[in-house]
Amino acid sequence: MYKILFKQDLTPQTQLFKMDAPAVAQKARAGQFVVVRIDEKGERIPLTIADWDEKEGTVTIVFMEVGATTARLALLNEGDAIADFVGPLGVPAEIDNFGTVVCVAGGVGAAPVAPVARGLKKAGNKIITILGARSKELLFWEDVLQSTSDRMIVTTDDGSYGRKGVVTEPLKELLESGEKIDRVVAIGPVVMMKFCSLTTLPFGVKTIVSLNPIMVDGTGMCGCCRVAVEGKTKFACVDGPDFDGHKVDWELLAARTRIYLGEEKCAYEEWQKSHPA
Amino acid sequence: MAKLNLNRVAMPRQAPKKRAKNFNEVALGYSLKQAQEEASRCIQCPKRNCVDGCPVEVDIPGFIQAIREGDMPEAVRVLKSKNALPGICGRVCPQETQCEATCSLAKKEAPIAIGRLERFVADWERANMGAAKSPKPPKPTGKKIAVVGSGPAGLTAAAELAKMGHSVTIFEALHVAGGVLMYGIPEFRLPKEIVQAEVDYVASLGVKIELDSVVGKLATLDEILADGYQAVFLGTGAGLPMFMNIEGENLNGIYSANEFLTRVNLMKAYLFPDYDTPVKIGKQVAVIGGGNVAMDSARCALRLGADKVYIVYRRSEAEMPARREEVENAQEEGIEFKLLTNPKKFLGNEQNWVVGMECYEMELGEPDDSGRRRPVVKEGSEFVIDVDEVVVALGTRPNPLIASTTEGLKTTKWGTVVADEATGKTVKDRVWAGGDIVTGAATVISAMGAGKVAAADMDKFLGG
Repeated sequence: MYKILFKQDLTPQTQLFKMDAPAVAQKARAGQFVVVRIDEKGERIPLTIADWDEKEGTVTIVFMEVGATTARLALLNEGDAIADFVGPLGVPAEIDNFGTVVCVAGGVGAAPVAPVARGLKKAGNKIITILGARSKELLFWEDVLQSTSDRMIVTTDDGSYGRKGVVTEPLKELLESGEKIDRVVAIGPVVMMKFCSLTTLPFGVKTIVSLNPIMVDGTGMCGCCRVAVEGKTKFACVDGPDFDGHKVDWELLAARTRIYLGEEKCAYEEWQKSHPA
Repeated sequence: MAKLNLNRVAMPRQAPKKRAKNFNEVALGYSLKQAQEEASRCIQCPKRNCVDGCPVEVDIPGFIQAIREGDMPEAVRVLKSKNALPGICGRVCPQETQCEATCSLAKKEAPIAIGRLERFVADWERANMGAAKSPKPPKPTGKKIAVVGSGPAGLTAAAELAKMGHSVTIFEALHVAGGVLMYGIPEFRLPKEIVQAEVDYVASLGVKIELDSVVGKLATLDEILADGYQAVFLGTGAGLPMFMNIEGENLNGIYSANEFLTRVNLMKAYLFPDYDTPVKIGKQVAVIGGGNVAMDSARCALRLGADKVYIVYRRSEAEMPARREEVENAQEEGIEFKLLTNPKKFLGNEQNWVVGMECYEMELGEPDDSGRRRPVVKEGSEFVIDVDEVVVALGTRPNPLIASTTEGLKTTKWGTVVADEATGKTVKDRVWAGGDIVTGAATVISAMGAGKVAAADMDKFLGG
């Protein structure tokens, strides 16, 4: 069992858990993920590592309530424990001194972007961060990202905070401004990563995305998470989760995330019926 | 000399129509009377050819004699002194090509049903002796050994090494121990309760089992060796699914057998939504392949509620690698075999869901390297099968994770780890390997045999 040492509501729909997982904390690197299972009947879901502390032996995960499993997870409190916490899985993010890197975080993507931005900053890069969300109440970790950024741009779709609009707008302006951008890292919903990649493509700026397809084991055993990259099938769990966004088949990824839409809806509705707000 | 009795006692089974709708075990097991009747057919021949046919050298005439005499505790003792996992082996070993093939009565086409008797003994023990008792603890040697993977090879190696007095820790990547016995082989062929009981027995020998531990991602093999472990046994199996690399293979509704079976068996998707993991329930399901894994997948799809399930295999029935018994079970349950048929591409709809499979008709040509006649495409023979779900069961390869994170481990172009067949020793110092990681996908019992061989050599190395 893995104990929840600290819980924080980041937004009304987003929770942070700091987990007691010393072995994982020893090995965790930016860009990697864990597979989590709540209990005997639970499914295995992948969550990107948001932070870790080797000395403390803790690993931090951040998740948004999108279905039955994340709803069940959100109900847990400090002191509760979950059955399984497997990791660190996947290939760590590539950290090097590239020059100037734009880190784009969409919604809950702020959490996985944070350790990557921190690593890149430490490696000597100039970091420009674009943090976007649908509205102010869904934004979190502006301060965390600010601390590793040379420049920070915040957007909300509805204009309730920061600049009104979506993240691709300031991204495009930066690329057009003539400032030398050496790399873009974009993490967030599929559609946001897709449009960031499409935005940077004409400028030829390498764009790294972190893919989040459906997984079961997370160790290369099942092939559920297969994605097409440059026409070749890759397993996101072991070949990724980071890939070159210009080479990803976004239509396929979007379609494959919808495989269990019906079942997910059914499970979530069942859960909501048994847990009236 | 008494007249030979050539009437094998049939295995009671659930009726095909009934069992095609449930996940309960198909074969129901002998009664004591049936077991004793079958045991009494054994002529206790001096040659003991059956023992030579067993990869773990079980004293087969010995435990059969004990059944005959009604001394079940003795039968348990004899069987378990060589085989830590008899409830599993009695169910899934291909006895027809091993002990039963070398049985003296095989010449008369009526070999003793050794597998069924083995199963009977294991089930009798579970029902009558409570939790399996471990033998008297051996004197500790003070030597620490790590076993990576808790499938049949790892469990066997761990049990053997523990019985020799070594301190053994198994590292398992998944959330339960048992490997393919848990995630791969379905409940109706190998109940998980039986696997768990045999895993518990191995643990009762003093073996520590660390779940959720992905070696290569947590500690690497080299770190384990540097962390006080004197030797390591690698039994991580062949868990990487192979696809065909044909058009449309990533359409929604196309599974690897590993994924499909893992969802159904390990995650219990057949109990969704009580269990959280879903699996797609197809109306017309095609399973591609002709091995046991293909049969298991097809029979799972049927039990989940498919209207029509096809086995699509590129050779003819004679070349199928699946056990005869499993092919017959599948046929009885109503699975349709499309033989000499090979997929060319998958057809999808606008939502990326598979709706059809374009296939070639095949014919058999000259024998290939495997000695089986090679299937050749009949040009212009393409036709379409309507399907809404496909399971690709074309084999697996070892996961490259450990080999790629370990210095000095030699692998073949198929990704298998090179190890001495007689000892299981790899070219890397203090590292042994056995089972599917060495041979590529094979049987439970051959993996167990390899675990046993390696344990003996490791013990020798450790000064046992």
